[in-house]
Amino acid sequence: MNTPQSSPPPRRSPEQLSGDPAVSDSLDFAGHEFARASLDHCVKCTICETVCPVSAVTPLFSGPKFVGPQAERFRNGESVDHSLDYCSSCGACTLACPQGVQIAELNSQARAVMKADHMPVRDRLISQTTLMGTMMTPVAPLANAVLANKPIRTVVEKVFGVHRDAPMPPAQTQTIQGWLKKRGPRKTPATRGPIVFFHGCAGGYFEVETSKRSIEVLEHLGYEVLVPKQGCCGLAQQSNGLFDQATDAVLKLCDDLRAAGELTIVSSSGSCTGMLKHEAHEIMGVDDERLKDVATRIRDMMEFLLEVADAGELPELSPIEMTVPYHAPCQLKSQGMGMPALDVLRLIPGLTVVESGATCCGIAGTYGLKKEKYEIAQAVGKPLFEMVRDTNPDLALCDTETCRWQIRKGSGVPTEHPVFLIHQALGLS
Amino acid sequence: MRKLAVDVVVIGGGSTGVGVVRDVAMRGYSAVLLERADLAQGTSGRFHGLLHSGGRYVVSDPGSATECAEENVIVTRIHADAVEPTGGYFVTAPGDDPEFADKFLAGAAATGVPAREISVAEALRNEPRLNPGILRAVEVQDGTVDGWQMTWGAARSAMEYGAKVLTYHKVTKIDRADGRVSAVHCVDLKDGEDVRIECTFVLNCAGPWAGQVAAMADCHPVDVIPGRGIMIAMNHRLVNRVINRLIYPADGDILVPVHTVSIIGTTDVKVENPDDLAIEPVEVQEMLDAGEILIPGFRKSRALHAWAGARPLIKDSRVSSSDTRHMSRGMAVIDHHERDGLDGMLTIGGGKLTTYRLMAEHIVDEMCRKLGETRACRTASEIVPGSENQKNYVVTHRLHDREEDRLEDQIICECELMSRQMFVKAWDDQPQATFDDIRRQLRLGMGPCQGGFCSMRATGVALETKHIDIERATGLLRLFLKNRWIGLWPILYGDQVRQTALDNWIFNGTLDIDHLPAPEEEVKL
Repeated sequence: MNTPQSSPPPRRSPEQLSGDPAVSDSLDFAGHEFARASLDHCVKCTICETVCPVSAVTPLFSGPKFVGPQAERFRNGESVDHSLDYCSSCGACTLACPQGVQIAELNSQARAVMKADHMPVRDRLISQTTLMGTMMTPVAPLANAVLANKPIRTVVEKVFGVHRDAPMPPAQTQTIQGWLKKRGPRKTPATRGPIVFFHGCAGGYFEVETSKRSIEVLEHLGYEVLVPKQGCCGLAQQSNGLFDQATDAVLKLCDDLRAAGELTIVSSSGSCTGMLKHEAHEIMGVDDERLKDVATRIRDMMEFLLEVADAGELPELSPIEMTVPYHAPCQLKSQGMGMPALDVLRLIPGLTVVESGATCCGIAGTYGLKKEKYEIAQAVGKPLFEMVRDTNPDLALCDTETCRWQIRKGSGVPTEHPVFLIHQALGLS
Repeated sequence: MRKLAVDVVVIGGGSTGVGVVRDVAMRGYSAVLLERADLAQGTSGRFHGLLHSGGRYVVSDPGSATECAEENVIVTRIHADAVEPTGGYFVTAPGDDPEFADKFLAGAAATGVPAREISVAEALRNEPRLNPGILRAVEVQDGTVDGWQMTWGAARSAMEYGAKVLTYHKVTKIDRADGRVSAVHCVDLKDGEDVRIECTFVLNCAGPWAGQVAAMADCHPVDVIPGRGIMIAMNHRLVNRVINRLIYPADGDILVPVHTVSIIGTTDVKVENPDDLAIEPVEVQEMLDAGEILIPGFRKSRALHAWAGARPLIKDSRVSSSDTRHMSRGMAVIDHHERDGLDGMLTIGGGKLTTYRLMAEHIVDEMCRKLGETRACRTASEIVPGSENQKNYVVTHRLHDREEDRLEDQIICECELMSRQMFVKAWDDQPQATFDDIRRQLRLGMGPCQGGFCSMRATGVALETKHIDIERATGLLRLFLKNRWIGLWPILYGDQVRQTALDNWIFNGTLDIDHLPAPEEEVKL
C-alpha cells in the first residue's frame, strides 16, 4: 500500500522550462536535422545489419539499425545508449541502405552528443594527427623505437587507453614538404596545366612515399603539381565526436586548398578525401561555400587516374606479372564512386588484382587503436588478413593510410597505395 | 452463473471509471469495475496524449482551465511514470490574430494557469522545426500523458484497496427493486459466463456509452453527444514540447510529442454511434494541413497511424447540439433519482482525461452525500503503484533500459524497444489477452513497422511459452494486423506505403497468413 505523499515534487517554473541545455546542444549540429529526417525512410528491412562488420564479430554493438534509426526516436538531445560508441563509423550501413537512411551519420552525431561533456583525453590526443607528425618526424628513429617498445606501450595503454599492440604509423625522417623543397625543380616541362595535390596529415608525415609517387605520376602525365601548405581535414576529430575542432580544421584546410586557385584537387589520402567530399557536411552539418567548392573539385587519386584513362590519355603501362590483393577501404566506398583503383590497376598488363570482398579492415581511423576496441578491430580484419596472406604474401594494395597500417600489422604483408603499381607500370620505379 | 456482492459497481473502464473505482475503494467501499473491453480501450486511449496545462481553455472555458491547471500538477505527481512534463508553447501562426495572445495572457492570469510570453527567437531556438513565421509565443506547463499507463496505474491502486477490476465483462442489465438499484448483470465475454453482482450503488462512467448503460436501467435517455476526433501519429518527435495554436480552440491546433511520436489533433464531429468512428480522408488532409502550419515540411514527414476517439460530451442547452467543439468540457453528474425515479445510480459525463481524478472525486462525493456518509477523498495525495520513485517519464527510458539488458534479453518489438521479458510478464499477468491488450501496455507494434516485424515474434513467444495454442496464435496475429490496418489505410502515403508493402510481402508473400491453421471463427477478443 502506498503512503500518502505530503509535499509535491518541485515543478519547473516557466522560467526554468526554457533553454534546456541538453536539448539545444544536440540541435546545434545543423546536419542533425537532415540525418534525423532520413530515419523516416527506414522500413526495418535489416539490410544494414547484414553488412555491419562490427556487429558481425561482437554482441557489444547492437548494430546499425538499432543504434541508428531505431534509437534515434528515443533521443531527445541525450544519448543514454553508451554502447553506440562501438560503432566504428565505417559507413557500410549508409552505403547499403536501399531507402536512403543516414545510419552512420546518425550514429556519429549521437556519439558526439554522448561524449560532449566527458571526452576522454585519449580521444583528444589520437585525433591530433598533425601534432603527432610534427613531433615524431624530427626524432623518427627514436619515435619508432619508442612505439616498438613493449613496456612503454603497456604504460601508454594503461594511462591513455591506446592498445599496446595497436598498429602505429612508422615515423619518417622526411616530410613531403621537406622532400618537395629538397628535390628541386622538375625536369620535364608541364604540358597540361596546374593541379593541386592534397596529401593529408598521414601523407605528409608518415606515408610520404605514397605522396611522392602520386606527385611523380601526376607530373609524368604532364601536370604542374601545386602542393600548397595545408593542415588537417579534422576527420579523426570528427570520428571521435570533436565536431567543433573538426569543423575549424576542415574549413581552414579548404582555405589552404583554395589558395592555389580554382583547380582540380587530387589526393591519395582516401579517407580525408571523403571528409571533404561529404562527411563534414553530412555528419557535422558544415554548410559553408568553401567546403562545397572544395568538395566538388576534389578527386581521389585513383578516381582521377580512371578519368584520365577513360579520356584515353593514360600512357601505355608496362606489364607487371603478379597477383595482388586489393582492399577498398570503407571510407573510400562510402564516397559512392565504386572502386576506381580496381579499374585502373586492371589496365596493367599481366597484373591480376583480387578484390578483398571485405567490408572493412577494422581500424576505421582511430577505432582499432583504442584498448577496448582493439580486439574487435582485429576480429573484423581477420578474414581480410587471411585473404591478403593467401593471395600474395609480398604485397597488398589499399587506398588509405590507417588501413594499410592495420593490414601490415595484422597480416604481416607489406601494403601500399595502388599508385605504387601505376608508378611502376609507368616506368617511374 | 457467477454471483458477487459489493457496495458499488462502477461501469466503464476508461480513465474516469478507473479513477472512480480507485476513489470508492480508497474510501472503504467494496467495489467492482466492469469494462466490456480492455482498460482505456475507448476514449482514454484514443486521444492525443496531452496533459492540459489549462491554456487551451483560458479564454473559451475558464472553469475548465483552472481545473486543468490544478489537476495537471496532481496527475504529474501521482502518475509520475505516465507523465512527461514536456512544457508547451502556444504560438501565433502567420495569419492568426496576434492580439489573441493578450486575451490569452489575461485569461491565464485570471484562471491561475501559469503562462509567460517568450520571444519568438527563444521559441525557435528551443523548437527549431517550428514555423519561423510565428508572431508570438507563450510558454505553459503542458505535459504529455500515456492514457493506458495512467489508467492501469489507477487500476492497480484500486486493486490494492480491494477493488475487483473485470475487463471483457459487458453489462447486459441493471436490476431495480423498490425504486433502487439492486444488481448488475454482465457477461464475461471471454468465456460466455453470466455474472450477477448485487450492489447498493451503480456509478455509470461509460463516457460516450453512458446513454446505453443508463438505458439498461430503464432510465430516460441521457443526452451524451459523442464528438469524434481524429489524430495522426508521426514517426518521431518533430517537437519536444506540446505546440498549440494561439487561437480560439479549433481543429488541428495541437501537436503533442508523446513517447517516440508526435501526434497532431484533432477534429470534432458529432456522431451517433461511438462504436462506429470513421477516419474521413478529408479530415486527414485537414490535419496534415494544420501540421504544415505549425511545422513546415510536416506533410513530408512520415505518418504512422491514424485513429479516432469519441468525446463524452453532455448536452448543454447553451450551445446548439451540433456544435460539440464549444460545449463545456466541464463535467456533469446526473442523479437518476429525480429524472428516472431510480435511487442508487449516478451517471457522469463530460470532462477530459486531465481532470479524470477530479471527476471521480465529484461523483463519489455525490454518492457519499446520497448515502448520508462523510468519507474524505484521498486520491490527490496518494501516489499510484509504479510511480513511487516520483520519476517522471522521459523519452530515453526504454533506450536506457535496453542498454542495461541488451546482452541478456531479446528485443521483440524493435521500434518501441519492447523486450521479451516485458512481453512474457505481461502475458503472465493477462493470459487471455489479445496482442492489442499487450500493445496498450507495452506499445507492441506502435512504431514505424506497425507490427510488421514484431507481431510474428510476439506470436511465436506467446506460443512457445504455452499461453496460447497454434490456432489462437494465428487468430490473434490476424486480429492484431487487422486492427493495425484500420489506422494505416487512412494515411497511406509516402514512407508508410513502402513499409506497408514490405509488411504485406512478409505476411502474405512469405508467411501466407491467410492460409495458416486457424479457428473456424476468427478470433475477436
